[in-house]
Amino acid sequence: MKYLMLTLLMVASLAHGGNGYPRDSIYRLQAHLTNQSGVAHGLDVYEGQPVLITMFYGSCPAACPLLIDTLRSVERAAPPAQRERIRVLMVSIDPEHDTVQNLAELARARRIDLSHWTLARTDPATIRRIAAVLNVQYRALPDGGFNHSSIVTLLSPQGEILKQSSVLAKADSSLLEALSGIP
Amino acid sequence: MSNWFLALLGGLLSLQAAAHDDAGSSRMAVIRGGQFESVLPPAPGLKRASVADFRLDRKPVTNAQFARFVRQHPDWRRDKIAAVFADDGYLSHWSSPAEPGTDIRNQPVVRVSWFAASAFCGARGARLPTWYEWEYAAAASATLPDGRHDDSWQQTVLSWYSRSASGSLPDVGRSPANYYGIHDLHGVIWEWVEDYAGMLVAGDNREQSDPDSLRFCGPGALTMEQKENYPTLMRIALLSSMQARYTGGAMGFRCAVDAGSSTK
Repeated sequence: MKYLMLTLLMVASLAHGGNGYPRDSIYRLQAHLTNQSGVAHGLDVYEGQPVLITMFYGSCPAACPLLIDTLRSVERAAPPAQRERIRVLMVSIDPEHDTVQNLAELARARRIDLSHWTLARTDPATIRRIAAVLNVQYRALPDGGFNHSSIVTLLSPQGEILKQSSVLAKADSSLLEALSGIP
Repeated sequence: MSNWFLALLGGLLSLQAAAHDDAGSSRMAVIRGGQFESVLPPAPGLKRASVADFRLDRKPVTNAQFARFVRQHPDWRRDKIAAVFADDGYLSHWSSPAEPGTDIRNQPVVRVSWFAASAFCGARGARLPTWYEWEYAAAASATLPDGRHDDSWQQTVLSWYSRSASGSLPDVGRSPANYYGIHDLHGVIWEWVEDYAGMLVAGDNREQSDPDSLRFCGPGALTMEQKENYPTLMRIALLSSMQARYTGGAMGFRCAVDAGSSTK
């Protein structure tokens, strides 16, 4: 019985550890993030569910509000079988200004459903690595803002990139199509 | 009095010895920062970029050095690495997953992804240089910190770039040292930089059009200056076309640190 428990534990840790993910899963990346409530988690916080992941910065005047609207549109337009399963992970590229408090404030101001969404921050080196696995380009500007590509990435339940879209303000049909393909 | 003097002298000597014990400090050259005109202005209307003091490897990382890293960190072996961190070309020219082969030991390591290069530098307590750091160091001629307006230096650099790319790479350190004592910044390999993905970013794309055309050519995209600085522009074009998991037969790297920090 003891051995069975041990074996089960080992299998479980294999399945959930970084090495258990498929070779092209972005969950292979060891990343320490903190969410809007100050809770620590990994990039795989929504492992097992389809995830829309994107990078943003809170003080962004135009594209960021639009990005949240876009993510909501995809959620709403998703096939009924997926609608409840989808999770959203927004990772800040501006850890200096996007503190836990400011992320919480953004979530409150935009009435974000924190049972399905996470706003996260991390250190600059980890931001670079997350941007790298998502092929997100960004650059800090002297005025404190950023240029960045506003890309929404759909991840499989195991963290594989299924589709990327830079369509804003409406649900990209190619994202929806990829979503409906998830078993 | 003489004892005091000897003690002081001894102290100074041991300080010097400590500095030499730190492998990083002799492997790296110290570069005093400053402002300079980059080919990539920081923002529209802002010409000069700032670089803080930093240290940069005198030579590109070699196959032998990378092999040591791979033995210590087997996750980065070509037969173990996750596909998300490197494409199929990763270290494919090595004779085995942990051995480059004797003839290329002192050549710059190439066919490494940005992830692998970053991990190598990270294991040394270092990082990849930023683009501005790289460009700042590479602006030096043999005698000047900024030799870019020196015609004969421009010609020398251009002649290195125009050499045929076929044939094997030279061992590192064969080209003459620049003002800072740094070798091989031109004419040998392309080099990864930390912010390779942040060089030609268009503004937040608010319109819905082809993202790839918008990304590099949109109104928010940075404009490149100094059109005569062809070798540097070529590098930017190449780096901007890379993804972090890509590898290339002439794509290597070297490491950097902030001036104040020490490396392993």
